[in-house]
Amino acid sequence: MTLLCVENLRIEFPSRHGIAVSVNDVSFELARGEILGLVGESGAGKSTIGNAIINLLSAPGRIAGGSVVLDGEPIQTLQGEAMRQIRGRRIGFIFQDPMTSLNPLLTIGTQLMETVVATRGASKEEAEARALELLEAVGIPEPKLRLNQYPHQFSGGMRQRVVIAIALAGDPELIIADEPTTALDVSIQNQVLELIRKLCKERDVGCILITHDMGVIANTTDRVAVLYQGELMECGPTMDVLERPQHDYTRSLISAVPRSDVKVHRFPQVEYIEKAEELRIDVKNHWLGQKESFGEVDHGKLLEVKDVDLRFVTKRAFRERDRRYVQAIDNVSFHVKEGETFGLVGESGSGKSTTARVIAGLYRPDGGQVYFAGKEISGMSARERRPLNRQIQMIFQNPYSSLNARMTVANIIAEPIRFHQLASSEAEVRQIVNDLLDHVGLGKAMGVRYPHEFSGGQRQRISIARALATRPRFLICDEPTSALDVSVQAQILNLLKDLQEELGLTMLFISHDLPVIRQMCDRIAVMKQGAIVEINDSASLFTNPENEYTRNLIEVMPHLDHLSREGLELESVA
Amino acid sequence: MFAFLARRLLQALIVMFVISLISFSIQDNLGDPLRELVGQSVSEAQRQELRDELGLNDPFLVQYGRFLKGAVQGDLGQSYFFKEPALEVILAKLPATLELVFGATLLIIVVSIPAGVYAAIRPHSFLTKMIMGWSILGISIPVFLTAIFGIYLFSIELGWLPSYGRGELVHVWGSWESGYLSWDGFLHLIMPCFALASIMLPLFIRLIRSEMVETLSTEYVKFAKAKGLKKTRIYFLHALKNTMLPVVTVGGVQIGTMVAYTILTETVFQWPGMGFLFLEAVNRVDTPLIVAYLIVVGAIFVVVNTLVDLIYGLINPTVRLAGGDK
Repeated sequence: MTLLCVENLRIEFPSRHGIAVSVNDVSFELARGEILGLVGESGAGKSTIGNAIINLLSAPGRIAGGSVVLDGEPIQTLQGEAMRQIRGRRIGFIFQDPMTSLNPLLTIGTQLMETVVATRGASKEEAEARALELLEAVGIPEPKLRLNQYPHQFSGGMRQRVVIAIALAGDPELIIADEPTTALDVSIQNQVLELIRKLCKERDVGCILITHDMGVIANTTDRVAVLYQGELMECGPTMDVLERPQHDYTRSLISAVPRSDVKVHRFPQVEYIEKAEELRIDVKNHWLGQKESFGEVDHGKLLEVKDVDLRFVTKRAFRERDRRYVQAIDNVSFHVKEGETFGLVGESGSGKSTTARVIAGLYRPDGGQVYFAGKEISGMSARERRPLNRQIQMIFQNPYSSLNARMTVANIIAEPIRFHQLASSEAEVRQIVNDLLDHVGLGKAMGVRYPHEFSGGQRQRISIARALATRPRFLICDEPTSALDVSVQAQILNLLKDLQEELGLTMLFISHDLPVIRQMCDRIAVMKQGAIVEINDSASLFTNPENEYTRNLIEVMPHLDHLSREGLELESVA
Repeated sequence: MFAFLARRLLQALIVMFVISLISFSIQDNLGDPLRELVGQSVSEAQRQELRDELGLNDPFLVQYGRFLKGAVQGDLGQSYFFKEPALEVILAKLPATLELVFGATLLIIVVSIPAGVYAAIRPHSFLTKMIMGWSILGISIPVFLTAIFGIYLFSIELGWLPSYGRGELVHVWGSWESGYLSWDGFLHLIMPCFALASIMLPLFIRLIRSEMVETLSTEYVKFAKAKGLKKTRIYFLHALKNTMLPVVTVGGVQIGTMVAYTILTETVFQWPGMGFLFLEAVNRVDTPLIVAYLIVVGAIFVVVNTLVDLIYGLINPTVRLAGGDK
C-alpha cells in the first residue's frame, strides 16, 4: 500500500537573477515498512526534496508544481498549524549532524518529552514513561540517568540515537533521514543504519534515506532513486539499480566508488559530469620535475617515527595529581620508505591527524623522535627546521578553511615559493604558478580569482598546487577527499597518483575511508585510540587482517563488493 | 569553583592596584587641594605648613606607599572636604547609585528582550522597522539631552514627575535608604532610570535581535520545527535560551559601565549618588575621595563580571568553571 506518493515535484528558488529550479519533475512512491534511498551528489536536490515534504524549505524556496500525497491526503499546500500537525506526528525527521540538531542548553529528557507532549498531547508523567521507552528502543543504556543529561555528555553515535528516538516520539508513519550517518564513524554508522532498518521493519514505518554514499544505499535500502542536478535519473529496487544501472550517470557514479577488493590503476572518472581538463605540462623537463639531489637515505627509510608520545591536557590544575590528560598518540612507531605511499587509517579520535601534525612539526611530541632523511626533526627549533619544512608539505582535510580567503589563488600558490626563495625572479615565480595551475587541471587564468569562487574539488586542487610549489619530497595528505563528492574524489585521487608517479613523491596518506586507503597505499597502519594496532601491506591487510579491530573495521564498512559488476568496465592491476 | 573565585580575587586586586596607581599619578594635575581647603586669608607660610602636615610635599613614592599601607587596612584616606574617611563617604552614597543602576537594568531587560525577539521573528513588520529605526536614534542621542528633554516634558510642561532628588526614602538597613518603597521615591526614580537606560537599551535590542536571528537559523531550531513543536516554545525556550548566552556576557560588562555612566544622569537630576559626589570631588580637588571612588567602581566592575560568569555557567551546561567533574 502506498504511504507517500510524490508526483512531478518541482521546487524553485526565486532570486534577483531569476528562478533557480533545484528540483524538477521528480516522482516516486513509498510503501509502509519500505526504505527508499535518495542518492546523489551535492546539489542533486535530495535534501531539498526531504525538506519540501514537511514544508521546511529555507526561504525563498517554494514548491512550484506537482504533489506530495501522504496516505491519500495531499500535503504540499499545508501551512502553519495544519503542517505542524503533520510534523512529528505523521512524519519524523532525522538530520545529518547529531552535534547540531540537539539544543545544547536543554537536557535530552526535556527535548524528548516536549516532543511527546507536542505530538501526542500526553501528560508529563506519560511523557516521561514514553521517553524512557523510546530511549530503550534505540539502545541507550541507563535511560533513566541519561534523561537528565545534556547533549554534550553523549558521543556522536549516542546523540544520533537520541535524535532517532525524538523522530519516533510521535509514532510517525514516515521517517525522513537526511544523511543520518555522514557525520559518524563507520562502525557507529553501521549500528545506526541497522537500528533505523530494524525500527522501520518492526513498526511498519516508511523511510526515506537521503545519502551520498552508495555503500549505505546498497546495505540499507529496499529501493533507490538516483538524482542528478534536481532530476530523477532512475528509480527501482536497489539491487537492480546497482547491478544493472540503466542510466549513464548511475553507471559512472557507481564505478567511481572506490573498491576495497582489488586495486585499480586509476579511478574511473564520472565522465557524465565533466570532462576533466588535461592541460598537463611536460613535467620531466620542467622546474617541478628537476630532481634535486637530496642525498641517499639509509635503507630507503625517508621518514621514521620512533616511540612517539603526545598527550593533551584536558584539565588544568595546580597540583600534578589533579591534572588530567588524554593520550593522543601512544607510543607510535612506523617508517615510510622513499617513493611509497603509507596509509594511516582509523576512526575519529584515533590520533591519525595528530600524528601527521607531529611529523609536520605543528605539535611537539612529549616523547620519542621523528627522523626525516636520517636527521632527527622532532627536537629541532623552528629555524633549524625551515629548510626541511620545504621538503615536507601537507594537504589538509577541509578545502574550505585551509585557504586564505583574502588572497588570490596565484598568491596562495606563490607564497611558499617566495618564502623559501626558490625562484630567481618574480617572473619565474609567476611562470611556475601558472604551470602548476595548468598541471592540477585548473588553468592559469584562474590565478586572479579568490578561493570562494571555486568548488570543493577545485579548492583541493589549489591546495595540492600549493603543496607542490616547494618541490617537496614528502607529502602528507590528511583526509584530502573526505569533504568531497565521489566523482570529485576520483579526480583528486587520480591527480595525486599521477603526481606521485611523475615526481617520485613519498606520501603519508590519512583517511577514515578504507576503500580509498586500499586504492592509494602500498602499506597501511591501523590506529585505534592513539596506538597502532597493525601495520601490513595493503593487499594482505584487506584480505587477511591479523588484528581483531582491523577485521571488525573491514567488516562494518559499507561496500559494494557483493555486487556483480557486469557492465562496469574496470581496469584491474594484477 | 574555589580556584575560579581565588583567581577572580587576584584579578580584582591587580585591577584596583593599577587604578590606584593611575589615579594617584594624575592627582598633581587636578589642581591644588589647598585652594578649596582653606580660605583666602590664610598666608602662604601657613599653607606650606598645612601641605607638610597633609604630606603633600613628600615625593610621589612616599605618598603612594603611605596610601597603600592604609588601603590594605581598608583606609582609603580622609576626604578633605567632608573631613571623614573617603570610603565611608562613598559607601554612604552607594545605595542611591545602585538603585538607579538596578532600575535602569530592569528597564533594559524588560524592554530589550521582547523588542529584540519580536524584531528577529518578524523581520519585515512595520513595528520591527520602528524599533530598529528608534534604536539607531537612541544610540546617537547623548544621555544628558534625553534627560533634559524628559525634565522639560514631564516635569515642566506636564508636571507628572519630579525633576530632581530622590524624594521620600524608606530606611531599610544600615546606610541603605530605598526609594522603591514609597510612591514619592518611586516617582523620583522613573526619569533618571529611563535616562540612564536610554544609552544601553538600543544596543541591547540590536544585540538580542542579531543573536536571535542567528539562533533561529541553526539546525536545532529547524529540528525543533520538524518535531512538531509550537512556535512559542521554539522561540521562547529553544531560541531565547541560546540567544541569551552572548547577551549575558556583554550585559555584565555594560552594567559595570553603567555605574560609571551615572555621573551624567546624577548630575542632571541632582541625584545624591556616587557619580554626583565624584563630580563635586573633582571640582573641590578632593583627591582621596576621587581615588576612593575609582577603586570602588573598579571593585563593582570585578564583582559584576564574576557574577555574570557564574550565571553563564548556570545557563550553559557545557561550561564548567575551573574544577568540578564532567
